[in-house]
Amino acid sequence: MVLRRLMEHRLAVFGLAMIVFLGLASAIGPMLTPFDPLFIDFRAKFAPPLTGQHILGGDELGRDLLTRLLVGGRVSLIVGLAAMTLSVTIGAIAGALAGYYGGWIDVLIMRFVDAVLSFPTIFLLLALAAFIKPNLFTITIIIGATAWMEVARIVRGQILSLREQEFVLAARSIGASNSHIIARQLLPNAVAPIVVAATLNIANAILLESYISFLGYGIQPPTASWGNMLNNAQSYFNTAPWVAIFPGVLITLAVTSFNFVGDGLRDALDPRLGKR
Amino acid sequence: MTQFLLRRLIQSVILLVIVSFIGFMILNLAPGGPLAAYALNPNMTQADRVRLAHQMGLDDPLPVQYWRWASSLARGDWGRSFRDSQPVLTIIRDRIPATLQLMVTSTVLAIILGSLIGLLGALKRYSFFDYLATIGAMIALSIPTFWFGLMMIFLFSVQLGWLPSGSMTTIGGSGSLTDRLHHLIAPTLVLSLVTVAIWSRYSRSALLDVVGQDYMRTARAKGLREWVVLRRHGFRNAILPLITLGGLQLPTLFGGALVTETVFTWPGMGRLFVDSLGYRDYPVLLGIMMVTAFLVILGNLLADLLYAVVDPRIRLN
Repeated sequence: MVLRRLMEHRLAVFGLAMIVFLGLASAIGPMLTPFDPLFIDFRAKFAPPLTGQHILGGDELGRDLLTRLLVGGRVSLIVGLAAMTLSVTIGAIAGALAGYYGGWIDVLIMRFVDAVLSFPTIFLLLALAAFIKPNLFTITIIIGATAWMEVARIVRGQILSLREQEFVLAARSIGASNSHIIARQLLPNAVAPIVVAATLNIANAILLESYISFLGYGIQPPTASWGNMLNNAQSYFNTAPWVAIFPGVLITLAVTSFNFVGDGLRDALDPRLGKR
Repeated sequence: MTQFLLRRLIQSVILLVIVSFIGFMILNLAPGGPLAAYALNPNMTQADRVRLAHQMGLDDPLPVQYWRWASSLARGDWGRSFRDSQPVLTIIRDRIPATLQLMVTSTVLAIILGSLIGLLGALKRYSFFDYLATIGAMIALSIPTFWFGLMMIFLFSVQLGWLPSGSMTTIGGSGSLTDRLHHLIAPTLVLSLVTVAIWSRYSRSALLDVVGQDYMRTARAKGLREWVVLRRHGFRNAILPLITLGGLQLPTLFGGALVTETVFTWPGMGRLFVDSLGYRDYPVLLGIMMVTAFLVILGNLLADLLYAVVDPRIRLN
């Protein structure tokens, strides 16, 4: 039902197809190209696209651009997915606790959420990134740690409206514990908005990773990520503009696709929009 | 009204306290803590460092330290930069105008352009233009700001040579108004990309919410012309949620400004932040974070007050 409605959403279908394509390409692609993403070959320095076997040309060290884009895609997509998992987990727990228990727990959690949201995310992220040793794992952690607040708000709102309903009372009357009610009764009923938020969260996480990697505090070279491939892009404009163009196009494509799917899911999961 | 004012004011102060608490935690989370600047100084022995820590009160209990830190913040003593020993507040104050200039121009552009797009989309709902605007906004929100800036530089500075590739004025130039405006165009457009997109979405849905209301039907039934109905009854009500949006957008705007300033070597607060990161200049970093958080809280408070002034329903309660 939901799937059928999602398939009617043309942009979401495009997004989904693009995500599958990008995911498969970066998972399998690097094994199919004849190049190592770290192999330096000065003869191929700034080689234009379609030079020999370099389909998209070479970068500033003559590394194969296509191979690096594919490997970088792995990094960006993995960071996006993992950071989303983390932020949705934190957000769902925080929001559920705040919404279910109310009172001072609610005040404490939600005021903390408000306070963290007062800091622009990029500032917070960069400040944290400066303290840590940047690698795939730590970058994922800090992106997840700075992106859970919206989810917490959404989940809290859902729980608030659900907790007074009869099925919760029924569960409580047969002696179900609070944790059982939250995990088994309330959260499953709030899954639709969580799924939407999660999808949009992936898009956001990919974008954030590219920002901090571009600024030099994310994934560190020589490991490729779409963001750090643009580190010195400005100095290639005269010699090799494609080195600066392709990574950005891929980031935009990936983020747009997740946003399209999130938007489609929102429409598909919203029962009020059912009969149009 | 007074009660509403008072409640919002107290909320903002509480928020500010929590924000300062988070800032303090970040400062102490930093490797080496506030003494990080001296950690690599070969002329200092471990004993010197312990003595310095004692002098600075770093061996006091954390609550005591927090109180001392927060009260000196409130007095305007924000510490000194590790890099050049200038007072943090002075350094930041010098950079704020450039950032505000960028934020104001792009917000004005976003309000004009975004409202126009949103208005057209709402009036001709599900038209070709509406779809185009919807998709366009989603793509705009997905383009990394820094890359869009790079592409602007590539196209308009490198290829066409129409616009300067960075900074606020021509180096060695007169710094005339036209020169400054010329330098302002590209950064403003880049920063506006996201804000125009958000603004157009929100103004579209705000207007759509209003269009279906009973009072609009009544106004039409009175025989008012469509334009008058929109102007007198539509816009006035649709503007309300947009006031709140103006406040809520501030963090996004500050974040976008940081990236834009970095790409266009714009001498604002965001670029100062990125530069200070390279030097691990914690006092300045923390100072900027506190200033932005303070401005965000202030902006939201002002937006709520403005809302209360404009909307009589809140004023009366």
